[in-house]
Amino acid sequence: MSTTVTSHRPQPPAQPVTLRAKRLPAYAAPAVAVVALLLSAGIVYGAGIGGPVLVVVVGALLYLAGLFLAANAVEGRRSARNRTWSALIHSAFVLAVLPLASVVWTLVSKGAERLDANFFLTSMNNIGARDANGGAYHAIIGTLEQVGIATLITVPLGVLCAIYVVEYGRGRFAFTIRFFVDVMTGIPSIVTGLFVLAFWVLIVSPLFSPDGQPGFSGFAAALALSVLMLPTVVRSTEEMLRLVPAPLREGAYALGVPKWKTILRVVLPTALPGIVTGIMLAVARAAGETAPVLLVAGGGAAINFNPFENNQSSLALFVYQQAGEASKYSPARAWTAALTLVALVLILTVAAKLLARRNRLGR
Amino acid sequence: MGDNPHRSAHAGTGGTHVATSHEGPAGASARVAESSGNPRMTDNGLGGGGALPRARAFGAERAFRGLTLAAGTAVLVIIAAIAIFLIAKAVPALRTNTESFWTYEGWFPNENPPKFGIGALAFGTVLSSALALLMAVPVALGIALYLSHYAPRRLGNSLGFLIDLLAAVPSVVFGLWGRDYLVKPVADLSAWLHEYFGWIPIFGEGPYGSSILLGSLVLAIMVLPIVTSLSREVFRQTPTANEEAALALGATRWEMICTAVLPYGRPGVIAAVMLGLGRALGETIALALTLGSTYAISFNILESGGNSIAANIALKFAEANATGRGALIASGLVLFAITLIVNITARAIIYRRREFTESAA
Repeated sequence: MSTTVTSHRPQPPAQPVTLRAKRLPAYAAPAVAVVALLLSAGIVYGAGIGGPVLVVVVGALLYLAGLFLAANAVEGRRSARNRTWSALIHSAFVLAVLPLASVVWTLVSKGAERLDANFFLTSMNNIGARDANGGAYHAIIGTLEQVGIATLITVPLGVLCAIYVVEYGRGRFAFTIRFFVDVMTGIPSIVTGLFVLAFWVLIVSPLFSPDGQPGFSGFAAALALSVLMLPTVVRSTEEMLRLVPAPLREGAYALGVPKWKTILRVVLPTALPGIVTGIMLAVARAAGETAPVLLVAGGGAAINFNPFENNQSSLALFVYQQAGEASKYSPARAWTAALTLVALVLILTVAAKLLARRNRLGR
Repeated sequence: MGDNPHRSAHAGTGGTHVATSHEGPAGASARVAESSGNPRMTDNGLGGGGALPRARAFGAERAFRGLTLAAGTAVLVIIAAIAIFLIAKAVPALRTNTESFWTYEGWFPNENPPKFGIGALAFGTVLSSALALLMAVPVALGIALYLSHYAPRRLGNSLGFLIDLLAAVPSVVFGLWGRDYLVKPVADLSAWLHEYFGWIPIFGEGPYGSSILLGSLVLAIMVLPIVTSLSREVFRQTPTANEEAALALGATRWEMICTAVLPYGRPGVIAAVMLGLGRALGETIALALTLGSTYAISFNILESGGNSIAANIALKFAEANATGRGALIASGLVLFAITLIVNITARAIIYRRREFTESAA
């Protein structure tokens, strides 16, 4: 309030200075930062308790404290809290970007090492510990087949389930389904793997195999993946169906369109971009799952096109197996496979989002 | 349920008559209904609504409804089947166990007599997940707020897109990265923590390296994009009117976030954190690659060692015989139970919250 008394300088008439609170000058924040860093360097090196990383950490803490004190003195408590939280939120962003950027950088730089035609055109069949070749052809086939089958199973089931929950279900039963779909999102992938192991591999598959022995198969992995994907698909579809404006439905009803047709022709197309995005995200998650495939598909070194018989590998499993191998060539294969897997997943995700965007424009 | 006004619409209102009688003149639908042997419809006093046909016993509507009901029921069936089949395979192995399943610290189910216990594994699972969430959630919420309310819109959108992409990166990649590149920095950090904070019991003696700390750091980095992406989505959906009202009343940006954004987003944030927790609890491969795989209960998070139920399943599966498989399935059952309890608790909280926020809105 002292500004009202002390300001006699000429001011632009549009913004009378009497209405503005005192603010920290623009150079205050960088100044505090520099002082904090210098102080922290002094403390850390003076006491000899660490290196440059600690200087940055202590400096950041000092900066937050200094900023709060400075703003508190000039601008008041509320503004000081605002500034400090703002700085904290920005630093959280920086803090998280560092490891994630490191992961991406490592992935690209290490993965490029074996990124050659041989990697994509050969399997690991007859590749010994001293062979530099060997590739992930069999694993790529496995991933595509397993995820494809899992999607075929999950999408109709999941979308119909979501339609039931949103459009038809009422009362306790629908609530129970909704509740357990939510609960199902939290089921660990390894548990679904064990479930399919206990159910399909150990109990059902002996009925189909000629020798009556339990056998691993890509289809079992697809089953496990579809159990994983189902809640994601249901949840995202549910959310999207709920976002469809009620007037659209009411308009259709008013025209005498039956409910099922309204759902199929009005509600679903409106929600389609979101549903597709949800499905693609579920697919991407399933493609990256290692644990269930490890438990029920067995993972072989040879190419196996048949998902219903014999071991199959997958890209994620290939990465895990190569990471565990002692050969000096296996880390390069693991990283390249990881890069391939990530590329596959990202292409799926990006394609889904672009598709969603185009659909939205088209309407 | 206040957000579903469409539910009040009658489920069986529209049969197929109206829609299929396009070829007739506009007023002909009443005659169609009449000729289909349904006189009740024509004189029910509804005026123009006399064209309303009766709901058919076997029509597309019923069939579609039944189909969706079956799909909905399938979810319950699957969850029940998971429990039943896991129990069926776990019980025989548990019967042959010669040590206490809950307290024995070791895993020798393939030997004769079989000895295995879940105690250390369950402890490691809970400890590493809790640590991971402790590290990841504040940062994730910070980033989500940054992307939704601090960053310029364009930058926020593209960075948010990047975070969404990172959420899709498979866990095995994070595990591989943690094992190959994070071990050294974590070992240095461990030594430093022990030197200066050794008086805190969790920062104990080495050897450092593949420790719970490394595992939970990798978990935290893995969970971070998921929690961020979901909470950002929730924060962005805050009604603009609420935000503008707060700002118009003179709130600073942080006060606006406290009063408008966070209360609105709380159920969604809890859901996001729980999803992250679920992923951390069940994370297999990243921990199988980064933990030292020992069977001891220890609060020393710096020492090489540690284990989790899921990682143990992945590591021991290849060498397991029938009893070993049963033992692993039994441990999976425990994991299933833990995640189920966590999830059901969380969902119960969210549903109560959701009713609360909806009635308040």
